[in-house]
Amino acid sequence: MSSASLSLSRDDRPILIAALFILVILVAGTVYTFARFGSAPLLSPTYLLQQLQIGAFLGIVAAGMMMVILIAQIDLSVPWTLAAAAMMATSIGGPFAIPVGLGIGLLVGLINGIGVAYLRVPSMIFTLGVNAVMRGLMVAHTGGYAPQTAATDLMRTLAGDRTLGIPNALFVWAAVSVLVTIILQRTALGRYVYAIGNKEAAAYLAGVDTRRITVICFVLCGVAAALAGVLLAGYSTKAYQGMGDAYLLPSIAAVVIGGTNILGGRGRYLGTLIGVVLIVLLNSVLSIMDMPEAGRQVIYGLVIIFMLLVYGRGERVTS
Amino acid sequence: MLDDIAIRVRQNIGIVTAVLLFTVLYLLYNFAHPRGFSSAVLVQNGDEIFALAMLAMAQTVPVLASGLDLSVGAVMTMVGCFASYLLTGAADGTPLHLDIFGLQLGLGTFPGGVSGILLGIVVCLATGTLAGFINGCIVVYGRIQPIIATLATGAVYIGIALFLRPTPGGKIDEDLNWAMTNSLGDFAATVHIFDDGAASWFAPVAWIPVPFVLLILIALVVWVPFRRSVLGRAVYAVGSAEGAAYMSGLPIDRAKIAAFTLAGFFAGCGGLFLAIQTSSGNADIPQAGAYTLNSIASVVIGGTSLLGGTGSAIGSIFGAMVLRVISFFFRIFDIAPLLQPLFEGLILLAAVSIGALGVLRVKNTLELFR
Repeated sequence: MSSASLSLSRDDRPILIAALFILVILVAGTVYTFARFGSAPLLSPTYLLQQLQIGAFLGIVAAGMMMVILIAQIDLSVPWTLAAAAMMATSIGGPFAIPVGLGIGLLVGLINGIGVAYLRVPSMIFTLGVNAVMRGLMVAHTGGYAPQTAATDLMRTLAGDRTLGIPNALFVWAAVSVLVTIILQRTALGRYVYAIGNKEAAAYLAGVDTRRITVICFVLCGVAAALAGVLLAGYSTKAYQGMGDAYLLPSIAAVVIGGTNILGGRGRYLGTLIGVVLIVLLNSVLSIMDMPEAGRQVIYGLVIIFMLLVYGRGERVTS
Repeated sequence: MLDDIAIRVRQNIGIVTAVLLFTVLYLLYNFAHPRGFSSAVLVQNGDEIFALAMLAMAQTVPVLASGLDLSVGAVMTMVGCFASYLLTGAADGTPLHLDIFGLQLGLGTFPGGVSGILLGIVVCLATGTLAGFINGCIVVYGRIQPIIATLATGAVYIGIALFLRPTPGGKIDEDLNWAMTNSLGDFAATVHIFDDGAASWFAPVAWIPVPFVLLILIALVVWVPFRRSVLGRAVYAVGSAEGAAYMSGLPIDRAKIAAFTLAGFFAGCGGLFLAIQTSSGNADIPQAGAYTLNSIASVVIGGTSLLGGTGSAIGSIFGAMVLRVISFFFRIFDIAPLLQPLFEGLILLAAVSIGALGVLRVKNTLELFR
């Protein structure tokens, strides 16, 4: 194998295999539904669009998470950043609802970034603390009950309505995807991100202000989580306690299944996109099959292990 | 001699800080408590501390090998669900059967009585250990990053727990519950030793809570010998420089597997105790997640570096106790329940940030990036 095709395959192989696995899921799910109900809902565009609409929230969170994972950090504050953005957006209401929601994400990302980049606290523990603080703030704000406020019309339109038959949420997801792809592939920031993920000390010596880039990545992740929160509130017409809990682990899983190295420095956004679609489709097939929660968790875990065994194996440390 | 002590303190500054912090906080707590310094308060605290302390120990071992185990809470939950079937203490045993998609499998009867309970405890701990061993094998032979491998296995273990207990339930033998969650005196009275705990020589120690005795016992019998063994030292070596450990001919594969296996065992101990304490099995996913995250926080507060190589499970026990004592204070000082999560988060953030202020003294920025 020539070195060119090898370097190509290192990043493309995971994406290709994950895409193949999506086909496997579609075929297996269709065979099942055809045998049991005599219909093939998984192949109908309406159903797929509806599933992708739900997947858009996960996709936006995963896009932000990927920025942070690429610089070899992690953001565990996503759940309550998402919930806090949704709760503040709905309680402010009016034209400022969305800016305030996104502002929350920006602020949380800024705090995370400063703690990780300048105080050098491991991101695993700092973002965990920030998550606890955000949860505490929201519990104090709402009294621990479901907030009574409702999403604004604009939020509902963005998340729940359709344009030309395509859910608006998908357009937002597409916009975020284009933005992340441009950042990663066409800007200096993107180069720096990969450089820091490979070796922060080397990037620093090469003249990159690594701490500023780290802050920027955390801000992008926070804003992405907030955007997902605002949209999710629009989709379900209100914010609710724990609305972000279901997004933390799946977003990390989607990024990693898409071939991004959890230790940073390597991975393409297309992979994350495919990882999200894989998880969303897996979920919908399992719910068509009436799989109880227990079976879902087991299959979910086994799929991640299987995918990583196929292409996510690290190298032995021998020196 | 004094120099020697000074060096040792400096080397273990993290643990020393955690111990001092705990001592000060706990003394304050007892002074503020209307029934402070009594056996009853100590027993209650011991029960609340034990499971998290075990999970903190569990988390420490992989962290020392610079891995992270995100499945400790799941293993704890799974073992707890097993315990709620195996430790019922029914005199004529418990019939076991599996129901897999309508397929009924009879597995015979699990023995009852005291021998059944002892066997059940062994089976539960073995289950936790096996779960940890599987984690270790996937990390070592599958060469998958620990954080993501245990994220996946954690989902599998939670799935098994949900399969066993779709809704909270089950039962734990009342005597077992009473004996394990009270003072040594109550323990002796329940299992009928030392004249039912009334022996005169036994009186001076009868007030000590059983969970604390168990904690010290597990630390002394499992952790200390492990740390002093070749494998234990290899775990530290792998955490500080894996390449160097490999070149030195240390058994790094076995060390990593041992680290995760031991984590499974400790998490199993925590799950067993939690089930005994609550007298039921509950596949509570948020609770499992909270325990996992708190175990990481305990490890950090206890002075173990998340980068691996330095620290100790003993420090993590104190880290866990610091976390718990903070929540005890909420009860004493009547802090509005709505504000408690906020204070917990702020204290956690403050604790890790103060520990990080050392970076401000670093003169060569390049040293930050290790």
